[in-house]
This record gives sequence, C-alpha cells and structure tokens, in this order.
Amino acid sequence: MSLRRHLHKWYEFISRREIFTGYLFASPWILGFFAFTLIPIILSFYYSFCRYDVLRPPMFVGFQNYYYLLFKSEKFYTSVYNTLYFTVFRVPLVMIGSLLLALLVATPRRGVSLARTIYYMPSIITGVALSVIWLWMYNPKYGLINRALALLGLPLPLWLESPTWAKPAIILMGIWSIGGGRMIVMIAGLNSIPRHLYESARVDGAGWWSQFWHITIPQLSPTLFLLTVVEVIFSFQVFTEAYIMTRGGPLDSTLFYNLELYFKAFLDYRMGEASALAWLLFVGTCIITLLMFWILGRRVYYEAERR
Amino acid sequence: MNKRKKKIRPVHIKNAIHQLAIWTIAVLLLIPFAWMVSSSLKSPDQVFSAHMNWIPRPIHWENYIKAFQTMPVLLYTRNTILITLLCIIGYLTSGSLVAYAFSQLRWAGRNVWFFIMLSTMMLPPQVTIIPLYVIFRNLHWINTIKPLVVPAYLTGWPFFIFLMRQYFLTIPYELTEAAKVDGAGHFKIYAQIILPLAKPILAVVAIFAFLLHWNDFFGPLIYLVDDAKFTLALGLMTFASKHQQEWSILMAVSIIMLLPTLIVFFYCQRYFVESITLTGTKG
Repeated sequence: MSLRRHLHKWYEFISRREIFTGYLFASPWILGFFAFTLIPIILSFYYSFCRYDVLRPPMFVGFQNYYYLLFKSEKFYTSVYNTLYFTVFRVPLVMIGSLLLALLVATPRRGVSLARTIYYMPSIITGVALSVIWLWMYNPKYGLINRALALLGLPLPLWLESPTWAKPAIILMGIWSIGGGRMIVMIAGLNSIPRHLYESARVDGAGWWSQFWHITIPQLSPTLFLLTVVEVIFSFQVFTEAYIMTRGGPLDSTLFYNLELYFKAFLDYRMGEASALAWLLFVGTCIITLLMFWILGRRVYYEAERR
Repeated sequence: MNKRKKKIRPVHIKNAIHQLAIWTIAVLLLIPFAWMVSSSLKSPDQVFSAHMNWIPRPIHWENYIKAFQTMPVLLYTRNTILITLLCIIGYLTSGSLVAYAFSQLRWAGRNVWFFIMLSTMMLPPQVTIIPLYVIFRNLHWINTIKPLVVPAYLTGWPFFIFLMRQYFLTIPYELTEAAKVDGAGHFKIYAQIILPLAKPILAVVAIFAFLLHWNDFFGPLIYLVDDAKFTLALGLMTFASKHQQEWSILMAVSIIMLLPTLIVFFYCQRYFVESITLTGTKG
C-alpha cells in the first residue's frame, strides 16, 4: 500500500513538474543531439588521432595527423592562406557594401521599397546556380565582365583561370550575392536609432558626415559587430563556389580550407587527417571569434552600459 | 504643384543625386539577371559572337526544350521537391514540438538542454560531417535520401527550434493556462492553440527550410551517388562539368532551378524581410 502511495505521489510530482511531458516533447531533439551531434563529435575527435579509410577499422596513431598537417603538409598552409585572404578582403567589402546599400534605402521615400526588393533579389541565388551564372559572367573571352571591361578599354584579367584573379573574382561575386541580405539587417538597425539624436545634432550644427560618424556608426556598432563576427565565420566555410567554379585551381589559388577538407575526406578517404583538419578549423574559429570579441567587442557602443 | 515652380534648391539637387545613386545601383545589381536570361535565349553562335546583343535575334526559345532533353530536369526537380518537402514537414512537426517543450513547459533540466542546444548552433558542421558519413554508411543509407531527410525530424536545425521557441514565448501564458483549466492536455494546447497562433513563424521556418534544401549542395554531393537520385543542384553541377561550353543551355537550366525560389520570394516577400530581421544574420 505504501509503495503504491509512494508511486502515486511520485507520479503527481513529475506530472506537476511536467518532467515527463517536457522530455517527451523535447525527445526528437534530445535523440538527435545524441545521434547526430554528441556521438559524431566524440567519434570525430577519436578519428583525428587515427588512420582511417572507412573500409578498414580506424587505427590509433597518436598525434601523427596533426603533426603531418602542421609540419609536413604544404597544402594545409596554402588552404589556410587562401581562406584568410578570402576572409580579410571579403568581410570588410561585404560590410561596407551592405552598409552603403542600407544607407541609400533606409529612409522611406519614393521608390525605396522597390529598390530594397531589387537589392535583396541576388541574395536568393546561392550555391550551384550562383556559381554557374558567375562562371559564365567571368568567362575571359565571352563573359559579360570582360566584354564590359573591353568596352572601357581596360585590361582583361583571366579571372577564374588566373592564379592572381581567381580569389578576387570569388570575393567580388560574394558581395553581389550577399550584400542585400546583410543590408536588411542593417536597415533594421538604422531605423532603431532614436530620431532625437539626429535632431539635437542638427540643432548643434553637425553636418552629414559628422552625424554619420558620431551617431550612426556608434549606434549601429552592435549590429555591425555581430554581422562581422558571423561574416568571418561564414567566410571560413566557403566551399560550393570554389568547388564548382575552380575545383581549387588554378595552381591551388582557390584551394580553401573546406575544399582541402573535402578532398582529403571524400576523394582520398583519409578520414583521420580530415577530422584533424576539422578540429583545427574549430579551434581556429574559436580563437578568432574570441579575439574579435576581445578587440572589437570593447569598441561596441551599448546604450545600456553608458546609462 | 506649387513646389515645382519654386527655384531649384540644394535639397532638390541632393534628392536627385540620391535617386540617381539608388537606381544606378539597382540597375547594376539586376544586370547579371538580364545577362542570364539573355544568354539562355541564344544559339551558340550568338553566345560566342564578338558583338553582344542583349536581345538575341532570333530568340531561341527552344533552348528550354533542349534543357529538358539533355538533362533529366523533371526527375531532378521531383527528387529535390521530395527532399525539400519532407524536410520542411520535419522541421514544422518535430521542431515545433521541441520548441513547445522549451517555451511552454516547465521541466527540470530544460534550461540546461536549451543551453546545450544553443551551443550546438555554434559548432561548425565540418566537425560532425565525417562521423556522420561513416554512421550513415554503416546504416547503408548512402545513395538514399535518408541522410538528407531523417536529421530534419530529429534535430531539425537547432536554429529553427530557437526561432520557434522565441515566438512561442510571446504567446500569452494566460491562453494556455485557461485551456489547462478546461482540462486540455499539452498536445491539445500545442496543436490547437499554439500552432494556429504561430503561423507567421512557421511560414518563416518553412521558407528558410525551402531555400536551404532546395539549394543544398554539400549534402547531396556526399550522400547521393546515382544519377537518378540527384537533386537539381547536384544535377546542374554535373551537367556544368560535362557541357562546359553550352552556356545557353546551362543558363536555361539555372533559370529553371531558380524559378521556384523567385516565385516564393515574390509571393512571400513580407516573410522574407521579417525572417531576416528576426534572425539577424542568416541570409
């Protein structure tokens, strides 16, 4: 009798606390977390210390993969260099480009909503279609870009076929394809800046530039900071464009980190080395994100802190 | 009317310059679209002619028919629709259930699990991709759509759960309390009160999921082997590497692939803008 009462009380307790229902409703995610996140993380960490070609069971080799990548592999450093190059040029260009777009169409006036739609439109083209279209745009002889440059009498780079121009080509294309999406976030940020700040600045005789520099930028800095962090992380992930347009070439000039990882894993079936690459990327991303928070984060202006 | 008769003042000049800038950039951004459409309607001679015409004469509409003949567009479209649809259903059903647990239910461990979920959002996909491939391989799921679809039912993208959870939190607690007093169970509350009220966020998630899976390249690239199972993105990639010089057909296929996205975009523009401001960054 007492046990039953106990059980009943226990049942009452858990049902009141919604423990059972809570876990039941959350179970798809909890299951998925174990199956598709936690176990793979552990396995991936283990593989990174193994020689593993999928067909035979993994063989523990200690730090050999990491040693090989860091001290013996030229491709590793090529891919790191390419990815950093890509990030360092792409992030500021995307940020400045999308801020310019946002400034142009932030204030409501005639035709602005149509302009916003047009600015945003390229953002819906991603991945393969984007790459195929720009492959054709960049065609050295018949592509639109070089036809336009020829009309202007400018030099005609070989773009994706030239080791010097392949990376800039992919970066420039990225600005077209992503600027509009970032712009919308910035418009939201711009429109949440209190009007009265501008009004009092105008009363004090501040010009456009000084308003921009002393009000817009500081007020927008949380948005700009967040977007920069995300943009950097995204830039580290670049894959599809390079895979389709250049396959890492010419002369490894677009061999980005993820491309190298993909080739290692799914062409060479060197899963151990590829896992080590993944972990190095993870650690690198964490360090750079922390650095950005440390260096840039303190310059961000937060309204609440100043009060 | 009176304004027009007034003298031209600096404000007007500024406005004119502003408008000029807005529309110059708009035209520049639209040019690749025009180029794509124009190229898709040209014959090889017109594509490779020294003098470029924006409007080809004659217009080669048959390129679109050729596109269907040289590449199994319909099959690929069917495959892509199947995967995309199944994934969307997954996010909307199991994802919203989890979001309900994280917003409307109070259970021990909820905050810990929620924190874990947020941290998994930061994890770069590369870290899990190799073991996942190995796991799916051992399950004999390679060359089926299962590796592409099943995860949608089990984790969703944690990000989607997060979005829905944030929205569910804004639904007043009194509503669910009242339903509880009336004796409604949690599933009933979820299905009959929360979901109908959460339509806007469900639409946002559906649109995001559509774009994500319609254009997904990496997943199909590693998991699908047979031509017959390819998605549009993968098919277009293979086609592009086989027929490198047939630009007009390639552009036609690209347009066919883009069309659904463009339709969704114009039809759901409001949700698009809403979703981007809601999510902050994902484009």
